Amino acid sequence: MPATIVQTNSQPFAPAEIDPVTLDIIENALRNARVEMDATLVRTAMSPGIREQGDAFPLIADHNGKMIVGQFGSFIGGFLKQFDGTLEDGDMIFLSDPYSCEGAVSHSNDWLILLPVFKSGRLIAYTAMFGHQSDIGGKVVGSMPINARSIFEEGVRIPPVKIWRKGEYNEDLIKLVMHQTRKPDWCQADLNALIAACRVAARRVVEMADRFGDDVYVSATQELLARNHRAMKQLIAMAVAEEPVSFEDYICDDGMGYGPYKIKCTMWRDGDKVVLDFQGTDPQSSASINFYLNENMFKMFFGIYMIMVFDPQILFNDGFYDLIDVRIPAGSLLKPHFPAALSGRTHALGRIFDILGGLLGQKTPEFLNAAGFSSSPHLFYSGNDHRPGKGGEWFQLFQIGFGGIPGRPMGDGPDGHSLWPGFTNVPNEFLERYFPLMIERYETDPDSGGAGLHRGGNGIHMTYRFLSPGTISIHDDRWFVPPWGVNGGAPGKRARKILERADGSHCVIGNKVEDISVAVDDQLHFITWGGGGWGDPLARDPSLVGLEVLQGLVTVAGARAYGVVASEDGEIDAAATEALRHHMRSTRAPLSLFDYGPGVEALRSACEAETGLPAPIQPAWPELEAAQ
Amino acid sequence: MGYRLGVDVGGTFTDLLLFDDASGAFWRHKTPSTPQDSSEGIVTGLDAICAQAGIAASDISYLLHGTTVATNAVLEGKGARVGLVTTEGHRHIMQIARSYVPGGLAAWIVWPKPVPLAALEDTVTVKGRISAAGEEVRPLDETDVRQALGALKERGVEAITISLINAYANGDHESRIGTLAREIMPGVPVSLSHEILPEMQEYERTLTTVANAAVRPVVGKYIASLRNRLAERGMAGKLSLLRSDGGLMSSAKAEEHPVNILMSGPAGGVTGALWVAKHSGFSNILTLDVGGTSTDVALIENLEPRRARTTDVGHLSVRASSLDVKTVGAGGGSIAYVPELTRALRVGPQSAGAVPGPVAYGKGGSAPTVTDANVVLGYLPENLLGGSFQLDRESAAKAVQTIADALGIDLMSAARGIIDIVNENMFGALRMISVQQGYDPRHFALMGFGGAGPLHVNAVARLMGSWPAISPVSPGVLCALGDATTRMRTETARSFSRLAQDTDARDLVSMLSDMATQIRAELESDGLNADEIDTEFEIDVRYAGQAFEVPLTTPLDTLERDGIEGLLSRFDAEHLRLFTFNMETPHEIVNLRAVALGPVLNLPAAELPHGDGNPAAAKIRDHRLWMDGEERSAIIYDRSKLKQGDIIPGPAIVIEMDSTTLIENGCVARVDAFGNILIYLA
Repeated sequence: MPATIVQTNSQPFAPAEIDPVTLDIIENALRNARVEMDATLVRTAMSPGIREQGDAFPLIADHNGKMIVGQFGSFIGGFLKQFDGTLEDGDMIFLSDPYSCEGAVSHSNDWLILLPVFKSGRLIAYTAMFGHQSDIGGKVVGSMPINARSIFEEGVRIPPVKIWRKGEYNEDLIKLVMHQTRKPDWCQADLNALIAACRVAARRVVEMADRFGDDVYVSATQELLARNHRAMKQLIAMAVAEEPVSFEDYICDDGMGYGPYKIKCTMWRDGDKVVLDFQGTDPQSSASINFYLNENMFKMFFGIYMIMVFDPQILFNDGFYDLIDVRIPAGSLLKPHFPAALSGRTHALGRIFDILGGLLGQKTPEFLNAAGFSSSPHLFYSGNDHRPGKGGEWFQLFQIGFGGIPGRPMGDGPDGHSLWPGFTNVPNEFLERYFPLMIERYETDPDSGGAGLHRGGNGIHMTYRFLSPGTISIHDDRWFVPPWGVNGGAPGKRARKILERADGSHCVIGNKVEDISVAVDDQLHFITWGGGGWGDPLARDPSLVGLEVLQGLVTVAGARAYGVVASEDGEIDAAATEALRHHMRSTRAPLSLFDYGPGVEALRSACEAETGLPAPIQPAWPELEAAQ
Repeated sequence: MGYRLGVDVGGTFTDLLLFDDASGAFWRHKTPSTPQDSSEGIVTGLDAICAQAGIAASDISYLLHGTTVATNAVLEGKGARVGLVTTEGHRHIMQIARSYVPGGLAAWIVWPKPVPLAALEDTVTVKGRISAAGEEVRPLDETDVRQALGALKERGVEAITISLINAYANGDHESRIGTLAREIMPGVPVSLSHEILPEMQEYERTLTTVANAAVRPVVGKYIASLRNRLAERGMAGKLSLLRSDGGLMSSAKAEEHPVNILMSGPAGGVTGALWVAKHSGFSNILTLDVGGTSTDVALIENLEPRRARTTDVGHLSVRASSLDVKTVGAGGGSIAYVPELTRALRVGPQSAGAVPGPVAYGKGGSAPTVTDANVVLGYLPENLLGGSFQLDRESAAKAVQTIADALGIDLMSAARGIIDIVNENMFGALRMISVQQGYDPRHFALMGFGGAGPLHVNAVARLMGSWPAISPVSPGVLCALGDATTRMRTETARSFSRLAQDTDARDLVSMLSDMATQIRAELESDGLNADEIDTEFEIDVRYAGQAFEVPLTTPLDTLERDGIEGLLSRFDAEHLRLFTFNMETPHEIVNLRAVALGPVLNLPAAELPHGDGNPAAAKIRDHRLWMDGEERSAIIYDRSKLKQGDIIPGPAIVIEMDSTTLIENGCVARVDAFGNILIYLA
């Protein structure tokens, strides 16, 4: 049963004429209100994931629940369809269960606040925001157990409930929720922050409606949606062919020894509409790498990619949703059946963007980017601080790392930068001040970016020295299937993790591991993947390769991938370079549009030798019900 | 008492304003800037303005100066070649920065990869480590340091920056490396991060220190050259520079900490606007400073300009306080063109600058500019008294005709199109600082200055709904007026980072007092008397675990009286107001800041004589101009002959030495007591 919206004023909004300047002012004011939501959140949140790194997503929607400003598109339609209750003035919804909102949030760590905004008895807007909680209880610190078999192991699960009901705060509910987490102080602060952000935006919406009139405000939101619809319609007709194109890529493993998992998407245009069909994607995993993908969210990803790739001037909102048809097979990795575990969904979420890039650029190689939006590497470190004077105080760190940005039509991919919007790294001095850590190394990993006319960005080599015993967990991907290069560019290097014990011994550890004990003075080398290269590496200016040798971004050995012979201090041997390039040109295979590396079977057989880890075993799906 | 000379060096012109402290009378002068060495233009102007006022250069007690020399060094990459010394394992600190890619999802596709301010090939690392608690974990390896510095010397770096991990907690290693650097590379300036910015966060501290080092030689050389030239003229008065935050600092301090003058130029306009706003009785002002190549806009609410903790230059955000000024590439010299592909009319950001300048200036410019369009439309009349530049209208028309031909429209429509587009660009910048910051522009007056501000202010006010449009007295040299009339300022900050419950108010008071002593001494060493220095204190408080703090200003005696409790209750109230909730979490005292301010100058503003409301006595002649789709009759007035209370119906043009005010059709202007022209809708 869908939600019942209770309004004390049943008069519908009347359409109003909007002059372009008013429209412009309202759009800008809404954008600013969104920025204010972000600012309110980071100023008051406490978990480092939100306050330092910005892992949170705001949204302001119209009275029908369509996103006017925001990032990931609106889930409100889906929520309303499923919510069996009323929405009234003074209500505020709180939820975290992906299965209760069609995947609006994709794991239980994301807490979402939805505030219906009423004005003079009528629902005029929604504001909403969700943010990643550092801990929501469950079997592991950080609440993202890679080996979970069901969502019940992943901490507290909140169905849509009213945290405020007609203006009355439900204190018992919050007591119950906070009782489930290891970090009630962070969770309480972050929840307050989400609520404050939604309230700030609601206040701005009401002010705007006061200023321009309710009818003008609502009509303006409708015109903003229509404007976007018109622009996208044109763009789709121009950029998407009727003939289907497909693209597939892999999640390396599930952390349980199985992999890789295939994600496949086929795209074609049917009249005005684009169809995006995930038929051919592997079935769901019995571990937690499943990604419950919300169709509307994927429409937004698609729209934003189209805009960024083909015409960055277009402003985006939900207006174009009916131009896109997303089909995701039930029971697949992207639409698992309840109660499949979901906490490790970050890898598939990242991979979706590589797939989109590959799909959209296939027919227009000049717009094609290489791969690299590959994961969101996580590190968890927790324990009791046994340093003198710390009194055994409990600490837990959840940190998000970054890889390399892919080679792009416009040039090299930046080294060690974020592909996620608004994210920043945590200052190392902050880590050292508030955690028993010393960061011995924070540099880019030379040669990790794929060779190309435009080099892929290098990944990061970060070395943590632990100053107190504790446990660590790691979530990363792209350690087995490399990020592909395009237009002749080479793939980027793969991720790896090495534990260097205090006694000097080294051991390679997996990229999805739980609960590894570390001792004082153990060091973890957390090395992320590089972005794929773009264009023919032999066409890159040798002096630029030489400079990058001097800068420590490329090694002397790595320079040979560009056919460049250089000394340690970056001097180029012009004759040797010429000869090497000639030799490489005459012996190599013709350049292909995509360079995926040697292919899954070859990767498997060389896995142990190349990565130090056993090859993942091809998953089979007779025991799908294992998750039940 | 004596004379104060304000000097603002812009991209196109150097503006001077000589102020008589006793009477409030002033003289102004404009001379072309000399970009190869701007001190040359300054002394040319100095000679001229002294002659005008009938004084000698030695009569000037203060020379107060806003300059873009540091800004341009950063923007054009013409700063010194900086060698960066950092901690082993952190060589790529400037390359990785904060890993932040601006824009939304997928914005990385179109984001240009930035080049670090200290080149990576000139970045070296040294062994040795300080912990977050400020303890030495590993000693500095001096052999290694010498080798690293030797490598930088060989590479020919012109300045050294030393920025080590955790140096904010203990700067000993940095200081030692600094000593070795001076020994190995005598004469090469050295900047240490713990001295420039003793705050946590290695990237921001390093960037700020590098920026300081990059501009230091440029600024030092410039100030030395200016001092020499002034000395040759017998000018023995004090030389001060305008800081990005609108205060003044001595030239000696500016040489050491040029990172504080990165936005010196634009700050002058805002302080000048403040001076005018105070006297004309408007407390909410949007500023529109239209120069030859760009336009700066800022917002003043209740006579307080918005300040920012950072200074943004190009894509870099440096940790130094500044006035919040936004810049767009739209000015009098902006070039109009019609791209082949779209056949759309575009204006700027390319500019004809000072050389070759607009076509109408007859200095070799051939591309049509905004100024040329203004000339063609009759908004900038040619051949007038007082104008030191002759305008060549015929050549301007020829240039604008190329635009008209490309668009297939007539000359006047093309000229008006150029003006409409450039006004729209200025409107966009103003929207960013008003509407987008939650301010309603209709509650603000719009003040247009700089050479071309008064030409555009009426039209832009119409777009914004910001009335009146103000053409301040001497709009062409308002920045120089701001330089001349603002107060000395300096500040210092320290990381504190302790829980409030473990802090005694007396400790805070004693630390803040120390800081006050330090910055007051700075101002005293610049020649101020102890009793004319004001001190203000700020304490940043947050709930422990939050990333952002709320700054609370407090006098020391209040802090002593009310203790930490008083401070925390103010914090709770402010947190509730800002964010709608309070928490049980303990409070953390994060940073302490002290600001020392020189005396507020009670400089008099000269009043105009009263008139009878009729400006006829100031009329120069009748005129024809193009507006609202047709040629119209207008009257040209001489600003120097206007009296207070004069009412001028539009369309009209008011001329003065260095600026032209356009009053549009359908508007009416009134001259206030101090000679400001206030334009309203008729």
